[in-house]
Amino acid sequence: MWLRISAIVMRYFFLHRRSVARVMEIFFWPVMNLIVWGFVTHYLKELALPKTVLFLLGSVILWDVLYRSQQGITLAITEEFWVKNIINIFISPISIAELLTAICIVGIIKSVVTTIVLGLLAFFFYRFNLLTAGPGLVLFLGNLLLFGWAVGLFTMALIFRYGRAAEALIWGVPFLIQPVSAVFYPVSVLPTWLQKIAYLLPSTYVFEGMRQVLATGVTDISILGVSFGLNLIYLFLGALYFSWMLRKVREMGYLSRLHLE
Amino acid sequence: MQQKAVNTHDPITEVSKLTKRFGKLTALDSLSFRVCRGDILGLLGPNGAGKTTAIHCMLGLITPTSGSIRILGLDIGRHRRRILAQVNFSSAYTSLPSNLTVIENLIVFARLYGLKSARGKIDTLLELFEIAETAGQLTGSLSSGQLTRLNLCKAFLNDPEILFLDEPTASLDPDIAAKVRDRLHDLQRQRGLTMIYTSHNMQEVEQMCDRVIFLAKGRIVMQGPPAEIIKRSNRSSLEDLFIAIARNGHLYETITGQGDEPCGSE
Repeated sequence: MWLRISAIVMRYFFLHRRSVARVMEIFFWPVMNLIVWGFVTHYLKELALPKTVLFLLGSVILWDVLYRSQQGITLAITEEFWVKNIINIFISPISIAELLTAICIVGIIKSVVTTIVLGLLAFFFYRFNLLTAGPGLVLFLGNLLLFGWAVGLFTMALIFRYGRAAEALIWGVPFLIQPVSAVFYPVSVLPTWLQKIAYLLPSTYVFEGMRQVLATGVTDISILGVSFGLNLIYLFLGALYFSWMLRKVREMGYLSRLHLE
Repeated sequence: MQQKAVNTHDPITEVSKLTKRFGKLTALDSLSFRVCRGDILGLLGPNGAGKTTAIHCMLGLITPTSGSIRILGLDIGRHRRRILAQVNFSSAYTSLPSNLTVIENLIVFARLYGLKSARGKIDTLLELFEIAETAGQLTGSLSSGQLTRLNLCKAFLNDPEILFLDEPTASLDPDIAAKVRDRLHDLQRQRGLTMIYTSHNMQEVEQMCDRVIFLAKGRIVMQGPPAEIIKRSNRSSLEDLFIAIARNGHLYETITGQGDEPCGSE
């Protein structure tokens, strides 16, 4: 099992080793995002809004974890369509669980590397210390990774079904979640009906929790527990939907057609 | 090494009443045939006849509407991964990641087939298919002839019992195509390999295949050894017969035979 998982991990290591575009995906966009928001917060600081500064930088870094985690799953499999390799993977003895495990391992490595780089840059340029969140930081990041994977499974299932026409979802779906997750503002800003939807998303609890830690220094484990519980539900549903869609795709012959698109 | 589930007199592949419908379209209509160990079977027919659908059903990429497929004595629906570990596939229409080198691709696929230290085997295969000099090159920089041979190297990594080949020599120049055919024939003889082969090159099929099945609109219209079915159909060549079937497949529906003899009989 681990040999097959390591094969896929190795495949992405080889890919990133010489691809400037892939490395840019890990570093360039997150760093540019941080720089822009860093200057915005610098400006806000001049307006004497110090807490807001902390919240925004923390949000930028944590949002990137969710975004990259969702993209980790979707882009990895879509990549195999692009290079016409998907059939070779699916006729090998790797199971879907092994394939997804490998992709998640690659996703964790990329997310950890990106978070470390952003954390260091935020500290040196803007005196923002991500470690202020304490050991709870691992729980924040873990919950966002899990939710990213759940969203990634739903997105990937749709791409298997609808092919390249659905590829825009890879980049679009996270931005459907972003405003409802109250990434850059508290949930209380949202209209009441939208607040109810916001609290159905595990990511909302993470961003609320992050603002609470930065404001008070106290990590509310209970809301992270709610986030984790919701994540388990979404992951279960995501895995069910993905498996169901894969079965439909096999019945309808889409795997063969997708490969030729 | 996994235990093989067949003896030499059992068919290595047995397809029974295989039907595949995509909505109103019937891509495969009650297809039944057997392949014996060590045989090279040609699946022939015009575009849309159902050749690729049949191969993809046998590889577990498409779930049949009804019927059964037994490979190495196992049902593909129930034992897909166990079967896939013992077969392989190469097609002119699949590729390997262009942004990995030849050697990187083969290392990745060797691991997928359970080979941890495969460098020796990879080098042997690259030599065998005469592309050893490309080992460090990016796969995307290979010519189509080199890429076809790389796909074949990938297909031989797990010493398959059955090799599925979907137009393996399409887009190759005659010299490279002849070399590929020679290598495949040598490997088939040395290893007692079974091959299921599709091609639109009828000369190649006559040269390579022990037996052919002609498909038209998802149904078997003829089957048997190439020379025999040419004779039975009063045609001058397999190509002549192919054209006749492509244009008037329904006229040939009664000319079948030699498809159901038990394996091991002469």
